[in-house]
Amino acid sequence: MNAFAKPDTAQAGSATRRGFVVGATLAGGALVVGCSPADIVGFHAQTPHLGAFGPFIKITPDNWVTVINKHQEMGQGNHAGLAAIVAEELDADWDKVRVEASVANAKLYANTLMGVQGTGGSTAINNSWDQLRLAGASARAMFVQAAATRFGVPAHDLVVKDSMVSHVLSGRSASFADLLADASKVAPPKSPTLKRRSDFTLIGTDRVRRKDSLAKSTGTARYTQDVHLPDMLTAMVAHPTKFGAKVKDFDADAARKVPGVVDVVRIPTGVAVIAQSTYAAKLGRDALKVTWNEDKAEKRSTDQILADYKAIAAGQGHEKAYVFQTAGDATHAFDGQLFEATYDFPFLAHATMEAMNCVAQVHGNKVKLTFASQIPTLDQLNTAMAVVTLPGTVDIEILPAGGSFGRRGNPLSDYVVECVHIAKHVGGGRPVKLVWTREDDMTGGLYRPLTHHAIAVKTDAEGFPAAWRHRIVTQSTEKGLPGSKPPDDSAYEGAQGSPYLKATPVVDGQAYLPDSPVTTLWWRSVGATHTAMAMEHTIDQLARRAGKDPADYRRALYRKAGAGRHLGVLDLACQKAGWGQPLPAGTARGLAVHECFGSVVAQVAEVSLKDGVPRVGRVVTAIDCGVAISPDQIAAQMEGGTCYGLSAALYGQITLKDGLVQQTNFDTYRVLRINEAPAVETYIVPSDNHPTGVGEPGTPVIAPAVANALLALTGKPTDSLPFVKA
Amino acid sequence: MSITLTINGQAYPVASPPDTPLLWVLRDELKLTGTKYGCGIAQCGACTVHLNGLAVRSCQTPIEAAQGAQITTIEGLGGNHPIQASWVRLDVPQCGYCQSGQIMSATALLATRPKPTDDDIDQAMAGNICRCGAYQRIRAAIKDAAGEAPPPAAADAAPQGALEGAAE
Repeated sequence: MNAFAKPDTAQAGSATRRGFVVGATLAGGALVVGCSPADIVGFHAQTPHLGAFGPFIKITPDNWVTVINKHQEMGQGNHAGLAAIVAEELDADWDKVRVEASVANAKLYANTLMGVQGTGGSTAINNSWDQLRLAGASARAMFVQAAATRFGVPAHDLVVKDSMVSHVLSGRSASFADLLADASKVAPPKSPTLKRRSDFTLIGTDRVRRKDSLAKSTGTARYTQDVHLPDMLTAMVAHPTKFGAKVKDFDADAARKVPGVVDVVRIPTGVAVIAQSTYAAKLGRDALKVTWNEDKAEKRSTDQILADYKAIAAGQGHEKAYVFQTAGDATHAFDGQLFEATYDFPFLAHATMEAMNCVAQVHGNKVKLTFASQIPTLDQLNTAMAVVTLPGTVDIEILPAGGSFGRRGNPLSDYVVECVHIAKHVGGGRPVKLVWTREDDMTGGLYRPLTHHAIAVKTDAEGFPAAWRHRIVTQSTEKGLPGSKPPDDSAYEGAQGSPYLKATPVVDGQAYLPDSPVTTLWWRSVGATHTAMAMEHTIDQLARRAGKDPADYRRALYRKAGAGRHLGVLDLACQKAGWGQPLPAGTARGLAVHECFGSVVAQVAEVSLKDGVPRVGRVVTAIDCGVAISPDQIAAQMEGGTCYGLSAALYGQITLKDGLVQQTNFDTYRVLRINEAPAVETYIVPSDNHPTGVGEPGTPVIAPAVANALLALTGKPTDSLPFVKA
Repeated sequence: MSITLTINGQAYPVASPPDTPLLWVLRDELKLTGTKYGCGIAQCGACTVHLNGLAVRSCQTPIEAAQGAQITTIEGLGGNHPIQASWVRLDVPQCGYCQSGQIMSATALLATRPKPTDDDIDQAMAGNICRCGAYQRIRAAIKDAAGEAPPPAAADAAPQGALEGAAE
């Protein structure tokens, strides 16, 4: 029987909402009514040859088990956890388990929380848990039945271990390979028996490790950037320098004279230079002269956009307000003295190590893409619209991504469509690799939106919030989705549903979503990238005003809100960090707790100041992510997520001056380096709950943890990020 | 004028013009794609190779400057260099895209400093960006390869310390 809880709505909520929107995109984009998204892209889709064990498991005569990963591996290590789920239920020899990327086929490989094939919202393990357990258990039962028949013994007398089925009493045994032909003929059980938690031998152990470390340590892992196909051309595109601008005119004479340049062509997003090598494409593009029509371009500076946002938050202007949370009667709740705080957050680039790229081959209405597709169904749909073909016929070979952090999972498929347009122009199925330079990538938008929070809190006699007014002004990250309708819950997730607001009698929470030609997108942990800071730094300031210990202050509110998991991670982090114990002079601890995509993370950061720059040393992290499948990879995601969040908190900002992006590369967009990296310790709260994600929840907590440490150290609150302005 | 490069002990005549960055000759002409493009301006270290044993950024090294030198790329380490073994043992890579460059910087460090201190590691590795933030495992793996004990908060702390402590 299944001893595990199903995901509750709180845990699965965000992903479901996003799934709905993604589904709506497909329905809207393909103008098909009454079909599921999977039906739309499934029509005429290529179906891989499925073996006896279904779409997720292949077993070969060499006794290896291959687990098919329907998710994008972009560093988060999902492949190890997904394979371990199968291997656990199958009782496979973990050392002979390998992982392969699936094809693009939403019928077979939809994310059950999205309704389309895609990876995001930290849902890979969450949505696959039941699916892969059943797949593994089903295959196991088929091997057991095959062995029972062969040995002439009852199935329940057989034991499976390390891909071997044994009958202890008779001493007979056979490997999966030995039994393969027979097992393949056994009908899969209708409801296979799943293991009890206490019977797990692999899940939750240190044995669940990555399968790709060797390839990634020898330079043999194949990324999109590494694709070389016969007769392949390489393209670069001159993009507008301002968001919303279009090509007015261009002079390609000099570009065409660059040796290796094959063609120059105007495409919807700019002017493409097509060449025989990457470097020739770059030299060709450098020689290109383009003038831009900037009539509809964003010409404001970010200072001006922020000033506009502050005015909107103050109730000026005509921007529509979306109520995201309300409680009690606000009529006189905010009379008298209030605690007020505002927070400004800049645009952020994802800045993946591998800049955006794609390989496309277009032959009439046949398309083959080879790249790191994060939401293959959307990439299929957007490609199909560009070449006018059936989405399901767009074949994608899915490669690992050199980082994404949300960038490759975008509803516009911006760089994909760009590549498809160029390959369509080249035609004949000739492969074209589109290469974005670092500068293209950094100035190309789809940023974490610039965001402003304005909070006013009335406290009760004990210093706890009695009334909480919250205004959030940000851009929607879902505006590119044709089927999406505002409000966009990623604008306020993390404020909405916060235990602090649950514990507050009067709540008045509203968001405004002004538009701009600057494109924005989900960025690792999405809404939590700003809501965690706004909530957690406000709470620390309130605790100090009340003369209470910030941990105790939170505990009281969590108890009031019934936030047991928050309490659990807070207690574990404080215990491991030695909360309250003395530190060397000049160092202080800061605490922050946040729930993100169903997992709750608490961090205690030890922070000092060196030349006015925060120096983060030890970071004690506690996470509740339900069943911990790979403790080592959970730790890796807490370590990496913390660095990603800290990098942005310390230095990250994209600014515009008169519409021009001022950061173009890593010299101007400073990121965290090894000499600034904290020492992250990870502790996992034991749990039998349905597993939730770990790819994103480690990112948003460090900024408020550092801000709270600085508050303790200096008495000064932080009202904007990054901590270090350029 | 054609240039001949000596890469991983093998001579390669190349057709690209002499001012072409070594990175693009390695990747596009010679299909040695283990060396990565990251920034093109020697800020991220993804393109790090060895020139006569020294770590250099191939994106800013024209091939004419590399002529006559012994060039080593990630492919030339052979796959079982102690650094690579430590990288695998500690599961250092996440997305992995920067790791060729990290490993080339780390091997150059160990060649001159067999027992590097934390400061040595900071000095040698600060030019290599990892956006996944695998930094503490990179540090631990360098020490592991150098035969030193990993720092207390390194990669192995979590599995050992996992699943303990508070309940809800």
